[in-house]
Amino acid sequence: MAECVQCGADVTLHDDAEVGEIVDCTTCGAELEIVERAPPVLDRAPELEEDWGE
Amino acid sequence: MRVGLLYSRIRRDEKLLLSELRDRGHEVLKVDVRDQQFGLDDAPEDLADCDVVVDRCLATSRSLYATKFCEAYGVPVVNSAETAETCADKVKNSLALSQAGVPTPATDVAFTKESAMESIETFGYPCVLKPVVGSWGRLMAKIDSKSAAEAILEHKATLGHYEHKVFYVQEFVDKPGRDIRVVATDGEPVAAMVRSSDHWLTNAAKGAETEAFELDAEAETLVKQASDAVGGGLLGVDLMETGDSYTVHEVNHTVEFKALNDAVETDVPAEVVDWLEAKAGAKQEVVV
Repeated sequence: MAECVQCGADVTLHDDAEVGEIVDCTTCGAELEIVERAPPVLDRAPELEEDWGE
Repeated sequence: MRVGLLYSRIRRDEKLLLSELRDRGHEVLKVDVRDQQFGLDDAPEDLADCDVVVDRCLATSRSLYATKFCEAYGVPVVNSAETAETCADKVKNSLALSQAGVPTPATDVAFTKESAMESIETFGYPCVLKPVVGSWGRLMAKIDSKSAAEAILEHKATLGHYEHKVFYVQEFVDKPGRDIRVVATDGEPVAAMVRSSDHWLTNAAKGAETEAFELDAEAETLVKQASDAVGGGLLGVDLMETGDSYTVHEVNHTVEFKALNDAVETDVPAEVVDWLEAKAGAKQEVVV
């Protein structure tokens, strides 16, 4: 369980969650990045950049 | 083997790779490029002892420079900086395909609105205007009329990054509502799928439906030629059907394969890791 940095709600992470993965806060809808795994810490996800992709 | 994975965002593709690598007992080091400093002489500590580094940077700019640095440090990296440089830029990509004799859509590059307009009028309507750098179908324009062309060229010239002032104009290929994505390792197809949509853009990222596709001999040959043309590696080769043949519109160097993995019976990450092991020459050095 981690805390949403935007609304403070609890966010449940999957067992196979990875640092660098993006998760959604189901309470406020914010996109969050997992920055620490144990204990879990979340931050706001980076915005889409023009050169992202394959 | 010790595998470095360059990333700034872990997608399902990276999770599949990480899982396969770890299941086989390889030592995996995730390297967030946002945390790194790349000096001119010595490799960052995280990269120095890797048997192979896999570039999975989401941002093209980071991918280009990080792979260049890896090679400068003598750290084996896939894909190579040369492949990344060719694939990342649609102009270089098209030139490489054309020079290798791979059928690819007719393309003009122009640097002013006026000269781009001449190309568009020569191609006729519809034709396609693409950014030279970009993915997932973003900023792609199917131009149906002169007035639309004028408006889009004006917007690009006025608002865009300087790269948007490089006008990449391409013939519109009247594909049968689908295109073909092939993931290949040094030209050997791992698996293929068709991406179908009512929209003219059939990217999986745009929500196209996917289905396994059986490559014929001609398509397999083209995949090999296209791979060689851009320097080889782990690639996503995109083809369109043109009646009884194909045209290759681009080759992707940080290929996403999660949609393909869901569409086919082949275990795509397993095949990719097989190839990585061979690439690193480290099959016998698996850490258990």
